[in-house]
Amino acid sequence: MVYLTRKAEFSASHYYHNPDFTPEENRRIFGKCNNANGHGHNYTLEVTVKGEVDPRSGFVVDLKQLKEVMHREVLDAMDHRFLNKEVPEFLTQIPTTENLAIAIWERLETKLEQAQLHRIRVYETPDLFVDFYGEN
Amino acid sequence: MKAYLTRRYLFSASHRLHSDAMSAEENRSIYGKCNNPHGHGHNYRLEVTVSGQVDPSTGMVCNLVDLDGFVEREVLSRYDLENLNTLQEFAKSVPTTENLCVEIFEILQRGFSQAHLERVRIEETMMNSFEYSGAAELQK
Repeated sequence: MVYLTRKAEFSASHYYHNPDFTPEENRRIFGKCNNANGHGHNYTLEVTVKGEVDPRSGFVVDLKQLKEVMHREVLDAMDHRFLNKEVPEFLTQIPTTENLAIAIWERLETKLEQAQLHRIRVYETPDLFVDFYGEN
Repeated sequence: MKAYLTRRYLFSASHRLHSDAMSAEENRSIYGKCNNPHGHGHNYRLEVTVSGQVDPSTGMVCNLVDLDGFVEREVLSRYDLENLNTLQEFAKSVPTTENLCVEIFEILQRGFSQAHLERVRIEETMMNSFEYSGAAELQK
């Protein structure tokens, strides 16, 4: 089994708000992140796939295909977007880095043709990142 | 859904690697430059990884304000700009980054209850890093 990681960057804005909370609770729990006008990050995405090395190609996965799937499923949908308003998952969920990692996993998991998805890592800043391994 | 959240922090401290259980010559031979009696310092990069179910009402494993507050209060304020050899926990053990990793893991393990502690990782320099995941090692 070999693991391959592909990185990508995207920039997006978001804010944290739960309509079930009172305005006061939202401010207390989410702090500055509750500002409804949003704020932005340069996100770094790491997609790690795993599989056996194909003896003919020497590849775990066709990197070109992986890159295309990442572009189509994730970057085209999220890069330079306001996550709360333009990405369907976040019309009903709060676009935290945790939920972003889960949403990206779900977008990619069934689209990979050769290798199996192992880990999604999303850096919100260089000092904060979330890993998701598809665990319930 | 279970997710893992990692937060990075910075602190600077000095230390000297020296064991009273060894002769002066052994100390010099084993610790080399790190045995310099006057000590030396590092900018330590600390990574704390916690895990847990993502709370559907907040979208979070734990509130970052709580984790940052705990680490600031219990770890950074204790170690930042200090000489590690003068601290009680290193009175009898050598302040290597291995031992520092274990100390910080145990501080978090004892006092931070908002998420499950997975791992403490410390970069002593860009070339050296150390990890501790408690008695049961993280298998990822």
